[in-house]
Amino acid sequence: MTDTLLEIDRLSVDYETARGDLKALRDISFDVRKGEIVGIVGESGCGKSTLISSILRLTAPNTRFRQGEVRFRGEDLLQLPERKMRDLRGADISIVFQDPMQTHNPVLSIGQQMLDIQHRSKASKADKRARAAQMLGAVGIPDPEARLDQFPHEFSGGMRQRIAIAMALMSEPDLLIADEPTTALDATLEVQIIERLQELQQEFDCAILFISHHLGVIAELCDRVVVMYAGAVVESGEVREIFHDPKHPYTRRLIDCDPGHIKERARVLPTIPGEVPDLANLPGGCIFRDRCDQAMPRCAAEVPPLEQLKDGHQAACWLNHKEAAE
Amino acid sequence: MSLLDVKDLKTSYGPVNVLAGVSFTVEQGETYALVGESGSGKTTVIRAIAGLAPAQEGSVKFEGREIRGASERELRPLRKDIAMMFQDPVGSLSPRLTIRSLITEPYRIQGMKERDLDAEAKRLLEMVNLPAHFADRYPYQLSGGQARRVGVARALALEPKLILADEPTAGLDVSVQGELLNLMNDLRERLGLAMVIITHNLNVVRHVADRMGIMYLGRLVEEGTTEAIFKEPRHPYTRCLLSANPEPDPDARLERIALKGEPPSLLRRPKGCEFRERCPFAQEICIQTPQWEVANGHGLRCLAPLS
Ligand SMILES: Nc1ncnc2c1ncn2[C@@H]1O[C@H](COP(=O)(O)OP(=O)(O)O)[C@@H](O)[C@H]1O
Ligand SMILES: Nc1ncnc2c1ncn2[C@@H]1O[C@H](COP(=O)(O)OP(=O)(O)O)[C@@H](O)[C@H]1O
Ligand code: SF4
Ligand code: SF4
Ligand SMILES: [Mg+2]
Ligand SMILES: [Mg+2]
Repeated sequence: MTDTLLEIDRLSVDYETARGDLKALRDISFDVRKGEIVGIVGESGCGKSTLISSILRLTAPNTRFRQGEVRFRGEDLLQLPERKMRDLRGADISIVFQDPMQTHNPVLSIGQQMLDIQHRSKASKADKRARAAQMLGAVGIPDPEARLDQFPHEFSGGMRQRIAIAMALMSEPDLLIADEPTTALDATLEVQIIERLQELQQEFDCAILFISHHLGVIAELCDRVVVMYAGAVVESGEVREIFHDPKHPYTRRLIDCDPGHIKERARVLPTIPGEVPDLANLPGGCIFRDRCDQAMPRCAAEVPPLEQLKDGHQAACWLNHKEAAE
Repeated sequence: MSLLDVKDLKTSYGPVNVLAGVSFTVEQGETYALVGESGSGKTTVIRAIAGLAPAQEGSVKFEGREIRGASERELRPLRKDIAMMFQDPVGSLSPRLTIRSLITEPYRIQGMKERDLDAEAKRLLEMVNLPAHFADRYPYQLSGGQARRVGVARALALEPKLILADEPTAGLDVSVQGELLNLMNDLRERLGLAMVIITHNLNVVRHVADRMGIMYLGRLVEEGTTEAIFKEPRHPYTRCLLSANPEPDPDARLERIALKGEPPSLLRRPKGCEFRERCPFAQEICIQTPQWEVANGHGLRCLAPLS
């Protein structure tokens, strides 16, 4: 496919720990097309951040790539020399973190930081400054020209996150990766940010890989969704398919748990009892089995493969196999 | 007499007027939610109730007794009746202490030396549905949901009558969030606890709160039963908050009312209605100052309420 931007192909990543190898990502495959918004959803600890740091090759020292490729515009990033990787980061692929202070330097003015990002550009300083102000305006910072001289602490949390987005978009990247960018914000700011992201995505025509555990945000923002559980992709597909016709019990339960669609006061809210299995000591069979209320004998014996069910809709569950229905 | 009666509570930090007169009551066994954007003063309200933040004016009555400005010695017995649950209960506690020490610490602080702390730890863990052997664990060995349960256990230690919970489910996964809310609902029923819960997650409020108050710039702008507010919000700010609620349905028809701009600076409170500059429904009359008016148990501070 020519319009594929990012292809994660059978990626497996371990962390070496005192307790042995922790299998943080196992056989992950999915892709992101040009100009598309793909959401990654899953409980904390399921490997979302590991996936992002693997794509960007900003991994912890105890990370071991065991298998697979991360192809960006057809080129395997895992094989790229560090120098080329550095050029790619911040230019073709940008990131926005949960905590915007991870992006901002507290002792430099926002304007200075936005000039620094443009170090490769040959434009005049005045032009770069004008461009910085224009970007601040684009993310909805009022009076951008004047505010360039202010420091990160002089902005509210919501503004800091929008500035982080402005900085990430300065280079007009092909891919913007956002790791829980709204999790620390309150609902009104969260909505402001996702609406802004939607507009910017159209304006800049970049693809977005959006990581969140908030299903409402995923449903509103994304074209396609990848559901992760305990280091594996358990389901992926178009956003409507995933929310209206989930094919994996985990996805279904996750949606059921979201109080956002329980409009009457519930005495008891649905939950998913149990815990994510220990990734350093994985059980055999289906990884969701401990918590699955539809588990069958086969689920203990064999790992269900991620299979194509309909066009673009994949799930890894034995329930989708004909013989299971018998 | 209400269990908790907060009247015209005012807090300033130097020139920064954080609370500009907050009033509400909480009855025994009732859950009251405070909602509003960050910076609206929610945390300051409950910290002031607990005597952890200053309040220069107003009154806080607990079971009819004035507790605002009480000395530490006077407050001590009350620390038993009012428990705080912090946003990140375990992160705010010492990482070197076992869970046993953490949840029984309130007994030590109260000087209740005669207690069998092992037995208490076991009892408290049981109340929050954690196995007894968790007493020997350390905070870093807990998952997010378990850590919050430990926070609940600690808050319950002294058998309080009122729990003040600051964003108890913030940052939790939905699967675990439900567990915590179910636990809190259950404890409330079994123990007859009253709670004040701060949250910006309106989906949560609907399921836990009997009544709710909406805060803006250190003041309540609307208050009523949770049911009434969700069904028929009358203050434009409440309407904006309710509409800023992403739904787990890609086809949801969102009638979103955008909240313009940022909250104004507390150093320069706007004249007239303080929400005016951001209010999508503002009218000419709104340059006047709206007063707090209550009709049928529904409080409102707006000159042109929605119907
Ligand atoms: N450097 C590391 N060493 C060992 N384990 C790690 C390291 N980083 C993350 N982990 C573990 O890997 C798993 C996946 O973590 P992470 O990718 O952060 O998940 P998520 O972002 O979905 O919460 C978790 O069990 C986490 O504890
Ligand atoms: N100790 C303090 N000194 C000065 N300002 C404070 C202090 N505590 C809170 N504030 C200010 O009071 C306002 C309300 O804060 P807070 O009660 O934490 O609001 P919320 O919990 O609704 O987010 C904010 O503008 C905050 O910066
Ligand atoms: S494979 Fe079995 S255990 Fe796994 S999700 Fe499907 S039914 Fe449940
Ligand atoms: S008084 Fe006027 S400006 Fe204020 S909230 Fe009501 S309608 Fe809006
Ligand atoms: Mg993460
Ligand atoms: Mg707060």
